[in-house]
Amino acid sequence: MQRESIIEYERYRHFRLSAGAMSLAVVAYVFDKPGTEPYGGTVLGYVLGTLAALIVLFLLFYGMRKRLTPRLPKPENTEVQTRRRFARFALRRKARRPLTFSLKGWLSAHVYWGVALVLFATLHTGFQFGWNLHSLSYVLMVLVVLSGLYGTYVYVHLPRVMTDNMGEDTLPGLLAKIDGYDKLAATSALQFPDEICQLIERSRNETRIGGRLLEQLSGRQKNCPTQLAVRKLHDMGKEFHGARLQSFHDLYAIMNHKEAAVVRARRHVKYKARLAIWLYLHAPLSIAFLLALLTHVLSVFFYW
Amino acid sequence: MSEYFKVVIIGAGPAGISAAARAAELGVSHVLLEASAQPAHTICKYQKGKHVMAEPAILPLRSSVRFAAGRREEVLHIWKEDLQAHGVNLRLGAAVVGVQGQRGEFKVALASGETLSAEFVVLALGLQGNIRKLGVRGEDLPRVQYQLDDPEDFEDETIVVVGGGDAGVENALALAEHNRVFIINREEEFTRCNEGNLHLLQQAIKEGKIEPRLNTRVDHVEELDVGGFALQLEAKTPEGTEHILCHRVIARLGASPPRQLVESFGVKFPHADVNSVPALSAQYESNVPGLYIIGALAGYPLIKQALNHGYEVIEYLLGHTVEPADEALLQEKLHVFLPNHTVNRALRVIQRDVPLLSGLTTLQLREFLLESDVFAPAQDEIIFERNDYSNTFFTILDGEFLAYTEDKNHETISYRLSRGNFFGEMGLLSGRRRVGTVKAATAGVLIETPRRSMLKLIRTVEAVRHMLDDISLRRAVQACLGGGLNDEELDYLVRNATVKKFDAGQNIFLQGDKADGLYLIRRGSVMIVRMNDGREEVLSYVAAGNYVGEKALISDMPRSATVRTAVPTETILLETRAVTEMLARNEAMRDVVLTRYRENVRAEQQLENRNQERDGLFNFLMQQGVGEATDVLLIDYSLCIRCDHCETACADTHGGASRLNREAGPTYANIHIPTSCRHCEHPHCMKDCPPDAIHRSINGEVYINDSCIGCGNCEKNCPYDVIQMAVVDPQYQQRSFLEVLFGRVAGWGKRDRELSASKKAVKCDMCRDIASGPVCVRLCPTGAARRVSPEKLALTARNDRQEMET
Repeated sequence: MQRESIIEYERYRHFRLSAGAMSLAVVAYVFDKPGTEPYGGTVLGYVLGTLAALIVLFLLFYGMRKRLTPRLPKPENTEVQTRRRFARFALRRKARRPLTFSLKGWLSAHVYWGVALVLFATLHTGFQFGWNLHSLSYVLMVLVVLSGLYGTYVYVHLPRVMTDNMGEDTLPGLLAKIDGYDKLAATSALQFPDEICQLIERSRNETRIGGRLLEQLSGRQKNCPTQLAVRKLHDMGKEFHGARLQSFHDLYAIMNHKEAAVVRARRHVKYKARLAIWLYLHAPLSIAFLLALLTHVLSVFFYW
Repeated sequence: MSEYFKVVIIGAGPAGISAAARAAELGVSHVLLEASAQPAHTICKYQKGKHVMAEPAILPLRSSVRFAAGRREEVLHIWKEDLQAHGVNLRLGAAVVGVQGQRGEFKVALASGETLSAEFVVLALGLQGNIRKLGVRGEDLPRVQYQLDDPEDFEDETIVVVGGGDAGVENALALAEHNRVFIINREEEFTRCNEGNLHLLQQAIKEGKIEPRLNTRVDHVEELDVGGFALQLEAKTPEGTEHILCHRVIARLGASPPRQLVESFGVKFPHADVNSVPALSAQYESNVPGLYIIGALAGYPLIKQALNHGYEVIEYLLGHTVEPADEALLQEKLHVFLPNHTVNRALRVIQRDVPLLSGLTTLQLREFLLESDVFAPAQDEIIFERNDYSNTFFTILDGEFLAYTEDKNHETISYRLSRGNFFGEMGLLSGRRRVGTVKAATAGVLIETPRRSMLKLIRTVEAVRHMLDDISLRRAVQACLGGGLNDEELDYLVRNATVKKFDAGQNIFLQGDKADGLYLIRRGSVMIVRMNDGREEVLSYVAAGNYVGEKALISDMPRSATVRTAVPTETILLETRAVTEMLARNEAMRDVVLTRYRENVRAEQQLENRNQERDGLFNFLMQQGVGEATDVLLIDYSLCIRCDHCETACADTHGGASRLNREAGPTYANIHIPTSCRHCEHPHCMKDCPPDAIHRSINGEVYINDSCIGCGNCEKNCPYDVIQMAVVDPQYQQRSFLEVLFGRVAGWGKRDRELSASKKAVKCDMCRDIASGPVCVRLCPTGAARRVSPEKLALTARNDRQEMET
């Protein structure tokens, strides 16, 4: 049932292509004898720089490609439509073209060519770095690619983990379950001393799922009142006997169920946060990189 | 002595109003009887401000009352004005309990005990039926009501809701927000409401918002004035008598369907089927002379049709000849066939030449043609191709047609079909792709009939059903068993065949059973299941147009596997005796069956490497009803990054409203079925669409066209909740290249604009207007979303990557 991921897309098509291009670049760099130390201004330097810039444009276009939905044709005159209601459409059959592109292919290419970009750009520099705008562009580029690599890792790794965590549940369903446990626990706690009631009450009112950014990313709540309540209840068991012990165990079980559900919900939020967070770096950084790159290109031409 | 009228019109819906207005206009003595307190009661019950549509647009209106599409209030206002202007003799609150006699001597008995005499009776009852009342003292008090327009109208009242069906439960839930609500149910449990409502009700009861009285019936209601309460309801509970003081009683007890009532007048229905309509003459006269039936009850559910009928029926019963409103339309339609004939003559020619249509009344034939398309294909023109998804039905008026199909061994079988014959019935009955190609051998004329009209005809005219059954059976046998059968052998097999129907999940036969014969699957689909080490293995999925159980015929061994239906299924059983006899006599057929037998043995060998997850997954998909789908959206949760871009892209290409809900829906073994249309073989949504707006296109997608009137029937009928009523923004703009470049957000500004258009049904149309296919699949960044048909799914579940990717 499992289909190929963006990494394996079309039997590593984009890996093969980009690796081929990278090898060519390396070979060219090794055999190039520009007369000076290699840097961006040699012939090969310009060629590599231009190619790298084109790759950058291609990579940036992914963001647009994703958002450009296919155009709808102009609606036909409705009267004509009603008249040709039936299958005589067969006569003017609309052959479905195969998928002209899939966003999956684009994403796969985006990943591999993003990695290739680092090599192209590095060879372009001729390993000449300094405290200047040019190197700033390079650093920004590396940051963009690194954030992208993290993104690739979570995109490939997390989906399966998320499904394992949630099973057949959805987050709204899980929250409803937690709410249900809360209500059950609140009713059940009424017959017990205030201390227990307060534990349950706190667990109900102060347990957070999600919350601040760090809490989302870590999937934890500091001093989580639900976990606290379960721990404390565990130690209180010996205080009750007979029928009350039975009810106490019921309450304990309910809180355990709740804890498990809370942990799962938090984990889900954590994964979702991780799937999303890196884009908040990746996208702005790539804009910053684009600006730095434009300045780099302009300034080079200006001083030429 | 009872009052005498020339014509008594029963039911003041559109049909009745139009008839009465025409009668008044002509000065015919008449009375228009209406059981409820207002004319056009059904339309009055529409929600406030609902847009009433005037479909079908091509049909001209001919009535003494005015009608055009518009808001409910406007339509009703105009009708009231017209009723007054014509001086219609309208009696409200006059429920008819009986009609006796026939032309010239009708006796119409009213619930009030009064009797009216009439020469003619026009039944325009509609299909809503009479709302059941409490049936106890006080049922007609002003504060005892049988409907609820707007729950917001009531606040801080004590209200007793009677009835535990969906209507009652929904009313109680809505009222409980601002009122004290009791709900009275005759039964111990709320068994008659749906699960969602039941769940909400139980919660509301638990929270004390609604106070239930179970096993309880209302004894009587009386008016009084105590402490601000206006009513007292006496209820018999299991504990004894309880008096409930309240402000209002709302009883939702359903309606009694009109059929029983109509049958008691002597009108015959051809069929036990609930959708059956009475047989009528071309003048709408029923089998009771002088008793005319028009409107929805006669099988014409649209307002405009009903208005036209009302006008015509009065003309007819006065003995006038009027051209039916559709005359010009039919003339135009039949022009391709017989350009110089009048409509009536052309109809006679059709009835003479086409045996299938000869049993129809003129009225039925007219309607059949009106809904169909008559066209003249040129020689060699292809009518439809094998694997097309169309499901219309073709009748040959002229010319010769060649149908060819492939049997299991990829051998071509062809038939020649000539005038009076028909084709396309396999697609109609099975709901699957066309099994063969049909092309015009000579130039000819065809009637193409949409699926719905054909199904309606099958339900109404017994002879059509018989003929279609017989021929389709013959062709199904031929398609399954190869072309080497002569007519005599076919006759023999068909005579010995029996049609059997099964519900979903029923066993057709069990592993180890003695073989009774070979089953052709005419409609639906089955799974072949085998017990192995105490657990069930799903061997394969077999769809309509194929057969199962042939192996036992060859080897004389008990059934080697269980065959279970995946969805409601119709099969044809060819008995072993007849089949073995045929196999002994006919070598061609024996070859086909033996080849298939060997293929099966081999295929089973190859299925040794099976795993539990696969079987589980297959079972899961079948349980989710994927067996009746033709194309289902699946999301591979091991790839899905939950970005919901599928929804965003869907909304962006469909006027801002997404037709799929990614998160909702079940998951099993990393396969998730989101809430999205599966394009069923027999779409439940098509069942009851008044303007016939839901169609299946040639590529298989089921879509709703512009004639949707927003009635919501499809939304209710869809078992998978994939249809929603939504306002589609006609001005929705997809973003241009520059807008995307500069970061405009999809659907920007939509909320600021008031969307005034009326709600229509929207569902997945598989992006039928986009050449490159569904955007949810195409724009999934990780390729997790895909669309598959159940046959491919069987392969998918078999880990057959090659097949799957195609």
